[in-house]
Amino acid sequence: MDQLLLLESVERYLRNEMNAEERKHFEDLRKNNPELDQLVVEHHFFLEEMDRYGEIKRFKANLYDTHHTLQENGEIKDLTLNVPGKIITLWKKYRRVVAVAASIAGITALVISGIITMVTPKAPIKDIEELRRIVNNLEKKTNSQGRELSDVKKKIEPGTPIRYGGSSFLVDGRGYLITSAHVVQNAAQVFVQNVKGQDFRAEIVYTDELKDLAVLRIKDSDFKAVANIPYGIRKSNTDIAEPIFTLGFPKDEIVYGEGYLSAKTGLKGDTMACQISITANPGNSGGPVLNRNGEVIGILNARQTTAEGVVFAIKSQNILRLVDELKKKDTLYNIKLNTSSSIKNMERVQQVKSIENCIYMVKVVEKK
Amino acid sequence: MTTSAKEQELLKGLANNDKKAIEAIYADNYGLIQHFVINNNGSEDDARDIFQESLIVLYENARSPEFSLNCQIRTYLYSVSRRLWLKKLQYGRRFEAQVESLEDTVPVEEDLETHEKMSRQYGIMRGAMGKIGEPCKSLLEAFYVHHKNMHEIASFFGYTNADNAKNQKYKCLMRLKKLFFAQYKNGN
Repeated sequence: MDQLLLLESVERYLRNEMNAEERKHFEDLRKNNPELDQLVVEHHFFLEEMDRYGEIKRFKANLYDTHHTLQENGEIKDLTLNVPGKIITLWKKYRRVVAVAASIAGITALVISGIITMVTPKAPIKDIEELRRIVNNLEKKTNSQGRELSDVKKKIEPGTPIRYGGSSFLVDGRGYLITSAHVVQNAAQVFVQNVKGQDFRAEIVYTDELKDLAVLRIKDSDFKAVANIPYGIRKSNTDIAEPIFTLGFPKDEIVYGEGYLSAKTGLKGDTMACQISITANPGNSGGPVLNRNGEVIGILNARQTTAEGVVFAIKSQNILRLVDELKKKDTLYNIKLNTSSSIKNMERVQQVKSIENCIYMVKVVEKK
Repeated sequence: MTTSAKEQELLKGLANNDKKAIEAIYADNYGLIQHFVINNNGSEDDARDIFQESLIVLYENARSPEFSLNCQIRTYLYSVSRRLWLKKLQYGRRFEAQVESLEDTVPVEEDLETHEKMSRQYGIMRGAMGKIGEPCKSLLEAFYVHHKNMHEIASFFGYTNADNAKNQKYKCLMRLKKLFFAQYKNGN
């Protein structure tokens, strides 16, 4: 209570609320009492602080009011409408960070995709697959004994790398064979092997990449000319649904396949080819496609990879044209085509027996 | 360089916390500071805070008798706002490039130092006021800030007479002083 009274006196003194007598008394007291003097000084400072606190507080309140009044009167406006929005401000502030992050992400993506491209096996996606065979190891278990007897001197040196294989068939008894051009492309050496397993050296006489046809000629002293070719080359078109069969070398033995003609044109309406439905595998390329009369109606060359059971064959008319072209170019190759089949009305087994001697496997040694 | 008579008038008004003068100064200069702050990564609220603080600096100076403004109010407010905003940007590590400045500026560092000291003391007082709680805070503010007399205070706060209110006031004042000086001595 004393303290309160003292404080009250000090305040009254400082605020000049004392009368003269009281004031004199208080001043005397202050002179003699340093503690009181200290209290007066302290309180004086405090009241000043308090005043300033009050002033600033009132001033601030005033400012706050003014701001609102002016805003209501429209004398000051928010600028937010004129300046870029929050997102843009953020973007401006962080665009460098964003740029760095984006480039890191971009580079990472590029590196990853690059690695993936490097690592993944390169398999070009093609609509069609040409049916030549890639030969890793030509094993000739079958007919090996017969072969040894008839073929004392080996034509193919052991270790000669045979890269590709296909099928071919005789069109002239003197040793002219027809096969697909893609089978013998990039060939350094070509060998053909008959159904008994006997190898013969052959040369490429003519190739027509556009027709995908090639003419080979057996140039080997061991080769004996065939007197009669049992099948003929058909000159006209074949009807849809006509049953057909093929012989070829998708493996080291001759393989027979049966099917039907499913369309008169090839891939994307290619009129040089026709579509057949048959089981065909790599190695069948260059093999003849025959009808039930024993007429060659086409040369098997490709199958569609994006569809099941769609195989294409080059129409037989192209053989006739090819031979004509060849004759014009060089009279040396005077190929005589057999156009009439001699195996009409025979049982299929008998037909195949007589045909298979004229079907040859093609072995290609690739150019280095 | 002397300021025009009109500006002197405004300064006087400001020093007396006169509403008209404050409004005039506010309306004339807010746009400039607002543009400056917002164009330099600030928000609308930042602009208002910075401008009002610069007005307080001017107010504090205008009140002291030896103060004379040797440039336009506009230039002074802009210079103060600019310093204050730069400081805030640096404090928040948001400082990017040189802040663009198309206006004239005057050196205001000394004024700002005084202002900083004052605003620190203001902060201490506000903190102490916040700590003493009600009804002390309202009672003291009514007396010292709003300059109400004890009779008004007694009736407003429901004391039976002015003496009771006065007693209560001194009790509160003792506590406030204790809090204030404890903080003040800590700060210095």
